Formats: sequence, structure tokens, C-alpha cells
Amino acid sequence: MKARVTVTLKTGVLDPQGKAIEGALHSLGIEGVASVRQGKVFDIEVVGDDAEAAKAALAAASEKLLANTVVENYRVEIL
Amino acid sequence: MKAAIVLFPGSNREGDAFRALKQAGADASIVWHDDHDLPAKTDLVVLPGGFSYGDYLRCGAIAGRAKIMDAVRAHAARGGFVLGICNGFQILCESGLLPGVLMRNRDLRFVCKRQFLRVERNDTVFTSAYKKHQAIDVAIAHGEGNYEAHEETIRELEDQGRVAFRYCNADAVVGGAANPNGSTNDIAGIYSEKLNVLGMMPHPENLIDPLVGGIDGRGLFASLVAA
Repeated sequence: MKARVTVTLKTGVLDPQGKAIEGALHSLGIEGVASVRQGKVFDIEVVGDDAEAAKAALAAASEKLLANTVVENYRVEIL
Repeated sequence: MKAAIVLFPGSNREGDAFRALKQAGADASIVWHDDHDLPAKTDLVVLPGGFSYGDYLRCGAIAGRAKIMDAVRAHAARGGFVLGICNGFQILCESGLLPGVLMRNRDLRFVCKRQFLRVERNDTVFTSAYKKHQAIDVAIAHGEGNYEAHEETIRELEDQGRVAFRYCNADAVVGGAANPNGSTNDIAGIYSEKLNVLGMMPHPENLIDPLVGGIDGRGLFASLVAA
């Protein structure tokens, strides 16, 4: 079973990397970009087919390691 | 003073910390991160600078969850001294021993230069050899030193006098252009609630020898040895 954990910065946390990417997109002439926030995606192969158990395990993984919940949010999806 | 310097894969300032501690008269040793225990009768644990685990995931995130960190947490809970420098500060924040997080520098650049710090208080085991509000000349070398925390955490740190050092100029004037990374309230280092854990981005261990241009870093190690 495939799962995906997406980690993003919380609203209000300064994201200088996102800002730099935003500036680069503007300088490339790509139109319609209002703002960019950079995050991380973890594609995880889960053993077994219990979606609920996998979600709980990955939520624990996010809390313990994948996200720093002081400044980041996370989302777990079973694909 | 018996000091244990924890070596993680990717640490690179353990030798500097070792030299500074030795010079101050401490009995220092280097401990591997995969060990479960600290050497018996350790007074001080030092988490040195570097790029533990290549800064993968987040700076200090993986080291903060290494086996030895359970022993470091227990040592801190007993009132033992812990000093985290640069990557060591990032590890302390990731391990939950200190609040907040070190984010990417405001202007995205890695900064490597001499830097003045204002000593916020001199009644702790780490700073007794300095004067209060003295400007000390040390070094910084980091890409992620921008200290951030919840508003209430910042307020708590300020109210409880837990800011150890702030970025300043040679005249001890804090902030403005003297802040190299955008850190909240110009914070360069913070203490734990009981003042026995100190995390700081700058490198006092690099300014202990007149050969490299300054000895203002000595005070921190002298304070610890005198504690």
C-alpha cells in the first residue's frame, strides 16, 4: 500500500526559500503566481492493507520525526 | 569537571570543543552517538557543531532522536549541565530539551564570520567569568540560525531571563545590522528553565587562542570548570 505524508510550514512562519522561488518564477516571466510556500513530500510504502492502522502509524511518525510541529503541519494520505 | 562530547556522524567541531575544554582544565572525552550511556560521573555534556546526518530532514532532527539523547535527557533532568553549540543547539531544540526551532537564515545565506554577542546575565554556570552585558567577540558559521518559537514561548524566555546571548555590535548595542540571521529578539542562545542547559548558535570554542585573533570564548569554558 502506498501512502504519502505532506509536510508544510504553518501559516505565518517565514519561508525565505519559498520567497526566493517565488522571485525566480517571477523573473522567468511565469504569470499568475501570487505566492509560494515550500514543503516536503514523503512517499512511503506501507506493509499490509489496513489503511486505518497505516494512517495512525504515519501520524505517529509525523509527530515524532517527519514534521517539527512547532513550525510545520502534516497531512497523511493513503494513495 | 568531567565533560563528554557527543560525536554524531557529520559532527565536525568536536575537536575544537575538546581543545577548549582541555585548555580550561576539564577532563574531556568524546562519546559515540550510538552508545546508550554517558561515561560515569559526567558533569557536562557537549553537543558540538557540524552537520549531523548531513542536515537531512531538518538540521538536528535525526541526531535529536539518537540513542544517546535519552541519556542526555536523563542527565539534564538530574540537573547535569548540557551545552549545545551551533548544530548542537539545533539538536537540543529538535530533542525537546530546549523550546523553539532554528530556521533558515533570513537572507538564505550561510554566514561565516566574527560576531559580537551581549552576555545577558552572568549568574549562570556558563557565564560567571563574563560581565553582565559585556560584548564578547566570537565566531558564527551557520545557514539555519534564525531562532523562532511561539509568541508565548518567546515571552516566557524573556520573562524568565532565559535568553543567554543576543547578537550585538562591538559596543554591546543589540540588533539591527548586528543580527546576522533574522533571529527573533536577536536571540543567539537560550537556557532551559533550570539554567543547566544552554544552546547557542555562535562558536565560543573557536576564540580561545590569541593565534586565531581572540580569546573571548575562553570565559564560557572557564565558567563551567569553575562551576
